[in-house]
Amino acid sequence: MNQISIRRALVAAALLGSVAVAPLAMAQDYDANATIRIGSLYEPQNLDNTAGAGQGINEAFNGNVYEALFQLTDAGAVEPKLVDSYSASEDGLTYTFKLKPGVTFHSGDPLTAADVKYSIERVTAEASKSSRKKSLSTITGIETPDDQTVVITLSARSISLPYNLSYVWIVNDKATDITASEDGTGPYTLGEWRRGSALALARNDKYWGTAPTNGEVIYTYFTDATALNNALLTNAVDVITSVQSPDSLAQFSGNPAYTVTEGASTTKELLAWNDRVAPFDNVKVRKALAKATDKAKLLNSIWGDYGTLIGSFVPPTDPWYVDLTGVDAYDVEAAKALLAEAGYPDGFEFTLDTPDYDPHPIVAQFLQAEYAKVGVKVNINIITANEWYEKIYKAHDFQATLQEHVNHRDIVFYGNPDFYWGYNNPEVVKLIADSEAAATIDEQTAKLTEANKLIAEDAASNWLYLYPQIVVSAANVTGYPVNGLNSQFFAYGIQKAK
Amino acid sequence: MLFVLLRLLPGDPANALLGVGATEAQIAAARTQVGSDQPLLTQFVSFVGNLARFDLGTSFVSKASVLSEIGNRLSVTVPLTILGFLLAIVIALPLGIIAAVKADRWYGAAISIVSQLGIAIPVFWLGILIVTIFAINLRLFPSGGFPLKGWANFGEAAVALALPVLTVALVIAASLLRYVRSATQDVIGSDYIRTARALGSGFVEALVRHGIRNGAVPVISILGIELATTFLGAVVVEKVFALPGLGSMLLLAIQQRDYPNVQGVLFISTLLVLLIGFAADLLQRFIDPRLRGRAGVS
Repeated sequence: MNQISIRRALVAAALLGSVAVAPLAMAQDYDANATIRIGSLYEPQNLDNTAGAGQGINEAFNGNVYEALFQLTDAGAVEPKLVDSYSASEDGLTYTFKLKPGVTFHSGDPLTAADVKYSIERVTAEASKSSRKKSLSTITGIETPDDQTVVITLSARSISLPYNLSYVWIVNDKATDITASEDGTGPYTLGEWRRGSALALARNDKYWGTAPTNGEVIYTYFTDATALNNALLTNAVDVITSVQSPDSLAQFSGNPAYTVTEGASTTKELLAWNDRVAPFDNVKVRKALAKATDKAKLLNSIWGDYGTLIGSFVPPTDPWYVDLTGVDAYDVEAAKALLAEAGYPDGFEFTLDTPDYDPHPIVAQFLQAEYAKVGVKVNINIITANEWYEKIYKAHDFQATLQEHVNHRDIVFYGNPDFYWGYNNPEVVKLIADSEAAATIDEQTAKLTEANKLIAEDAASNWLYLYPQIVVSAANVTGYPVNGLNSQFFAYGIQKAK
Repeated sequence: MLFVLLRLLPGDPANALLGVGATEAQIAAARTQVGSDQPLLTQFVSFVGNLARFDLGTSFVSKASVLSEIGNRLSVTVPLTILGFLLAIVIALPLGIIAAVKADRWYGAAISIVSQLGIAIPVFWLGILIVTIFAINLRLFPSGGFPLKGWANFGEAAVALALPVLTVALVIAASLLRYVRSATQDVIGSDYIRTARALGSGFVEALVRHGIRNGAVPVISILGIELATTFLGAVVVEKVFALPGLGSMLLLAIQQRDYPNVQGVLFISTLLVLLIGFAADLLQRFIDPRLRGRAGVS
């Protein structure tokens, strides 16, 4: 219990922004030229985040090799990075950005407005596979009146523009073949890279900002979680970015040679109803099944003491988070009463399309047992990721399904009635649309907080739990990010004791 | 055939490339890019054309040249296979002969029993066992991985391969040993050994002068097959030891529907397996003059 509260306190501290980096960075001498060896399960497929490189490239390159106009910090704040100052017009349709002076790319070229224009257009281009393409679609023009000034015009207000720009790497417009090489402005340059094995980053001694507290970073990639854990046990890596198997934590926690930290992830395990079809078009049915789910027991059976319960789709690192776990708290009798009210006193039967990979099959079995207690029979139908995409995401041909949603700030999905789960509450749709057109961050936050409460009241989906984000390191290594938002893993603050 | 089977698999590489958030327009664009919107026949003709020029194309996912990536991966898989195999021979040959010659002694029987056990144990299990003992408990070797600079960092690369090689060797040695033992038994019971001994040779001398050559012929054809199996089976060992070899490349490529990579790996693997078989044939003919004559007839 004590241990849990310490971890919670750490998360809370990180959220308040008082602890941006991890744990208990002790006042000890560190080796400024140390090699930091990072073990990860997410190997980038190539080096270009607009070419389907996967989350591994964000982990290795965001903030390390490439920088953006703004940076999403580990605490969830959006801060200026390559932007010196910016202003928005009265109508919110024109943004003017002044670039930081004296920034150069690794190739030696200076950062200019033309590079910024090129970089944004790379993300919005037809061939781009960036997940942020759609959120930048309100951009109608990018002007570069001089080398240090970028003017972006929008077709509609977009309060999230700085946030969305934090996903846009600023790449030298003269760079070629960035699927296999790089030209960014970050504190590290790409060193050796061996596909299927490892990728090294070397300290950029000409960096415009604060120099990293280490000399070199090597990301080593594993496909097997056990092999990754063994690497830490045998001192072949210094830190594991994200532990995916709770069982393996036993060998690290309680051992003074290692530090285990739990941060706040944004990955939500979700039981999505198809809100278009009976009986899930009935809010009473959805609320009844939310109340019939002992989420604390489920989370504990999968992650032990780790992870967080959530009452809606919003994780604590989103600015519009409020604790909504009490809205449909676990209550079997209330669930039965609601089902009777909804016209299903004897329950009903439905098919749960379950992706064939962890943790979904186990979660499905748990739900099957839980819902049997209120007379609802669950037929588990195991499907592949590809079938999920075709049948559920595209064709909307399902009753209920399980899925993990990893994105930060993705409550906006509930504002799209055509999304796979088909939730359609005009009030929420309007709030979410209006929030993007908000004049201030406060207004945006107020509207999304309201939308957040409404989806929880409607039990739009059954939000089962938030995955933990667990980082394990050797005890002599400190200063790494604990939350890993947007899969980022800033390496420049990592210190290794002498 | 590989080509058609691969494309019959459900799942479009375009989807695999884009993931969940993609729009229809993005998917159509990706299809055009990877060519999966073309008729199968068109795809096939261009594939064969490129193959003839030894151009295996570029990966859908990594955009890297398939051939250079395979070359990179072979620098791990080939040494792993060959060293593992040689070590297996070094273990299996003497033990197999002892097991045959001293079958009536306790250690002869013990060798046979242990080898039986070796055959029964799955490779990945043996790999995990070896990691636990030599890497985690004794800290003698790394538990996995391969140095970033590859063989340019020779010492580290060699150390990284030590446990994988041992794993491969033990697995192969177990089955090889049984072939060596039965070949030796055949030789011991043969007329020519009896004749040689009758002419005054000692047992060991008879075995060395006449036995090895005769016994080697069936063993070599087995060796050829075993070497090919080792090469193809290296994928499991690569997974356990997190080695960037050909097997791990194939596994990932299949998951991602990265057809150029899958085809490239299968093509090169097939080629190498054929080469091994050919080499084993040549070696047999060299050892056994009778086979050379037969070659002329057929």
